[in-house]
Amino acid sequence: MSAAIRIQQVSKRFGNVQALDGIDLEVQRGEFFGLLGPNGAGKTTLISALAGLVRADAGSLSVMGHNVQSDYRAARRHLGVVPQELVFDPFFTVRESLKIQSGYFGIGDNESWIDEILENLGLTSKANANMRMLSGGMKRRVLVAQALVHRPPVIVLDEPTAGVDVELRQTLWHFIRRLNEAGHTIVLTTHYLEEAENLCTRIAMLKAGRVVALDTTANLLRRFSVHSLRLRTDGVMPADLTRGGAENGGWWSLPFDGFDEVEPLLARIRDAGCTINDLEIGKPDLEEVFVRVMQGHPQGQLN
Amino acid sequence: MRYGGFSTLLYKEVLRFWKVGSQTVGAPVLTALLYLLIFSHVMEGHVKVHGVIYTAFLIPGLVMMSVLQNAFANSSSSLIQSKVTGNIVFVLLPPISYLEFFAAYVLASVVRGLVVGAGVLFATFWFAPLTFAEPWWILVFALMGGAILGSLGVIAGIWADKFDQLAAFQNFLIMPLTFLSGVFYSINSLPLFWQQVSHWNPVFYMIDGFRHGFFGVSDASPWLSLAVVSSCLAVLTTFTLNLLKRGYKLRA
Ligand SMILES: Nc1ncnc2c1ncn2[C@@H]1O[C@H](COP(=O)(O)OP(=O)(O)OP(=O)(O)O)[C@@H](O)[C@H]1O
Ligand SMILES: [Mg+2]
Repeated sequence: MSAAIRIQQVSKRFGNVQALDGIDLEVQRGEFFGLLGPNGAGKTTLISALAGLVRADAGSLSVMGHNVQSDYRAARRHLGVVPQELVFDPFFTVRESLKIQSGYFGIGDNESWIDEILENLGLTSKANANMRMLSGGMKRRVLVAQALVHRPPVIVLDEPTAGVDVELRQTLWHFIRRLNEAGHTIVLTTHYLEEAENLCTRIAMLKAGRVVALDTTANLLRRFSVHSLRLRTDGVMPADLTRGGAENGGWWSLPFDGFDEVEPLLARIRDAGCTINDLEIGKPDLEEVFVRVMQGHPQGQLN
Repeated sequence: MRYGGFSTLLYKEVLRFWKVGSQTVGAPVLTALLYLLIFSHVMEGHVKVHGVIYTAFLIPGLVMMSVLQNAFANSSSSLIQSKVTGNIVFVLLPPISYLEFFAAYVLASVVRGLVVGAGVLFATFWFAPLTFAEPWWILVFALMGGAILGSLGVIAGIWADKFDQLAAFQNFLIMPLTFLSGVFYSINSLPLFWQQVSHWNPVFYMIDGFRHGFFGVSDASPWLSLAVVSSCLAVLTTFTLNLLKRGYKLRA
């Protein structure tokens, strides 16, 4: 069975910017995949190449086994893209926009699915409002809705939660999760790493047009990040302990690998005559992984 | 309505101008009416062209000029707006071929041109005795002229990055071509040099052929006009399709 997305040796140059530099990536059907990277890493360019908005200089891309150039009709029918930019057509209402978008995909009678999308995105009451009258967050919802009118098996969301409120995030992720459970492949880019950590089962990190990390979220967390003991004490901490740790606003952060190390650590601190005033366990998080990978941490080269 | 990329895009493009009909249809009809009132007032009684009183001669010119200018305006302004606001992606993401894209934008331009043209005709034909001597020429030249200018509008809309570039295209190419084409006069009344210049203006043939349909007489033979206009259409269609196929400025 062909992969949901297959990207092979894709490069793209804009003037003297190498936006994509030999990207290889495969997303399997049913995955919830995260595409992360700093501003300008090439995420949007890669998505645009997949959608046919940008033509790759080299390499090939396919969606559900359909090449995006030679078999663009099938490729596009299988792909739904939520663009990063908040765009809308001011001439139409929400429902008109969705009907027109359905028509572009050759779908005539799409009312019940449109109603379902509107309902799930909390747009029902805005269905007949003109696009111009909607708030930014509402326009973002319509953008998501437009990407879904043709029930694409592969859905790509380019920073869908940039500048939207908590409510929409929760509604959106609830809906997208359900689509994922129903078998849709989801690819997500976001700068909210917590979001990616919670949602994505596998993650690729891009930097300057290259894939610098690619693994399951769990593996990335395990490999690049560690637990830490965070505490505030009275007295002077033993020097050999603090060497590997860091202090911030009176809090010490001491890394450890396994929980069996916690008790000995605490014992050492007590033996040094320190009283612990406050204590918490810091869990590995994707932000730390991200920072380490982007700093070119040696393990960042691993795939 | 049959659903598909082409028909939906055509429908959307027609709906787009129809929703703001007072600007896209009403305003050009009013403009043409003003031209008629002013020019016929100044000229009437002074000249007859091809044995036709001046106001009657002027009406088909104004109708065709409105068809052409509005056909151009439709595709060019729709495309530049979509590009500048970014909503062009809604058309680029679906499985719409460059042929469907071209056909839909051009046909919508023709529809706008014909609607405005019909409006101008309706608003002006009360002012002078008008005949419809060979009506098929009227239809043929209106359709082909609209398609040519619609096609030029696609080119301009794709080429221009900003509204002022589009305005330059309109002011320095489209307006001179349509005004210096015999809308307001027969080119036979021009000095020889300007007559010859006019013969290089394809818009002259569109208007002359169109007018032939009304009066059965014209400066040039309608068959010559047909040859010139259809060659123009063929060249522009080929050129525009090639731009679209390459994704010029639309697919980076
Ligand atoms: N159409 C274009 N013309 C010129 N340069 C471009 C174009 N599109 C992207 N770039 C450049 O390519 C690089 C990658 O941009 P891209 O938008 O893909 O980054 P991104 O990872 O999506 O960033 P962000 O997180 O800010 O959205 C940047 O240096 C950008 O300036
Ligand atoms: Mg981006």
